[in-house]
Amino acid sequence: MVELNEVFETVNMVAQENLDVRTITMGISLLDCIDPDLDALCDKIYSKITESAKDLVRVGDEIGSEFGVPVINKRISITPAALIGGAACKSKEDFIRIAETLDAAAKQVGVNFIGGYSALVQKGMTQADRLLIESIPVALAKTERVCSSISLGSTKTGINMDAVRLMGDIIHDTAMATKDHDSLGCAKLVVFCNPPDDNPFMAGAFHGVTETDKVINVGVSGPGVVKYELSKVRGQDFEVLCETIKKTAFKVTRVGQLFAKEASKRLGVPFGIVDLSLAPTPAVGDSIADIIHEMGMEYAGAPGTTAALAILNDQVKKGGVMASSYVGGLSGAFIPVTEDKAMAEAAEIGALTLEKLEAMTCVCSVGLDMIAIPGSTPNTTIAGIIADEMAIGMVNQKTTAVRLIPVIGKDVGDFAQFGGLLGEAKIMPVNKFGCADFVNRGGRIPAPIHSFKN
Amino acid sequence: MVGKDKVGIIATVCNFFAENNINIVDLKQTTSQGFINMMMIVDTDLYKGSIEDLNKGLEAVGAKVGCSIKAQHEEIFDMMHRI
Repeated sequence: MVELNEVFETVNMVAQENLDVRTITMGISLLDCIDPDLDALCDKIYSKITESAKDLVRVGDEIGSEFGVPVINKRISITPAALIGGAACKSKEDFIRIAETLDAAAKQVGVNFIGGYSALVQKGMTQADRLLIESIPVALAKTERVCSSISLGSTKTGINMDAVRLMGDIIHDTAMATKDHDSLGCAKLVVFCNPPDDNPFMAGAFHGVTETDKVINVGVSGPGVVKYELSKVRGQDFEVLCETIKKTAFKVTRVGQLFAKEASKRLGVPFGIVDLSLAPTPAVGDSIADIIHEMGMEYAGAPGTTAALAILNDQVKKGGVMASSYVGGLSGAFIPVTEDKAMAEAAEIGALTLEKLEAMTCVCSVGLDMIAIPGSTPNTTIAGIIADEMAIGMVNQKTTAVRLIPVIGKDVGDFAQFGGLLGEAKIMPVNKFGCADFVNRGGRIPAPIHSFKN
Repeated sequence: MVGKDKVGIIATVCNFFAENNINIVDLKQTTSQGFINMMMIVDTDLYKGSIEDLNKGLEAVGAKVGCSIKAQHEEIFDMMHRI
């Protein structure tokens, strides 16, 4: 039987500690929409998405209201568009038609983002992959809700350095195309090493080709809850610290599991995974940097931060794994800068640097995320930063990602604002020494020796 | 339900449930330093409205007695606090 203290604990988590279900994401396969005629392809895509997800927003809100935990985002991920558009798209403009179709479908069903304007080029690029990538700057400027992700490397294939170099240009061009809005387009564009097929979080969500026709994936949240629980064990040893995070992660993940099962039942779509991520928001107290501070660092970025994040990431997984029948996606702690108020503050005062963030990505679930850099950063330097991050993912057999925003017309110390959950931050300095001769070599970095496990 | 304790809170809440054909299955309550904390498990099988209607009704009752009252499906508590 339910106890009084348990009820109040749950109620407080929602009311005061920002507990929410961050996203219910419906993955939709568009493989059956493929058609050599572009008009027919776009019609099929629009119909399939609007039919499949017509009840997604309503059901998400209903479940949130019934169980008393809000579902912040309802989203859609689709099969990587480069695969779907390959037969019909003969130009960048053709791919942009697909992006516009996706945007219209997202607006029709009321989701705030649709992910999967993507290409998987970790080993090589087809003509369609290249056209899609080259279309990204205009596609993201012309659309509001479309998110794009490109896989540039994996532990099994190595790193496609031609694509890494190209993405240095594309990120810059995307920034230019949206320069009137602090280069907002780049917030909807992420590059990956080892991307998961079932990630429910944006901008990197896509519906992998190994997935079933439709699937429900749920991303949980709860940095505020972890921070609050840790504030009760201040000064105690690492065993207590770890147990506290683990128990909290269990409770948070159980909410995700319940919501995923309910959404799956009500929508008649199979349950895929729960993503055990701690995803911060710009709201006060909903912050990973605040957890790191609570663990004992003066600011996120101080010596000890990487160890603290390693603990957090591992304990979240240990607690979460038992709470859900299927876990997947990115699963771990996110460290976006602009989306996390305390992280942005740590960067602003110089406690947190790009290099420290890079170290932190070795032990957490994603990568260099939502970092505003000077708009004058050379494209080759952006490619170099991407190459470093891809190498960390490849060698450590983990997902890593880069979502950098070169804010055109702004420099270190200027303020960049993206609005809503995307947040705001001062622009961080980037190492000024060049790497052009390295990234311009071309070709592919071979897979590391420990990938040969067959 | 949480709020400042006074005469008639439980009676008002119980009356609301009775008027709406909602059966009270379990009730746990404590008062401390003049504040009341209460949890009721209720059966809404015969209730005609939705959870939104119920929450709106409880909000009105809460305003009348000076308490905050929320209804949530019981399963959320079982899931979070039981293995």
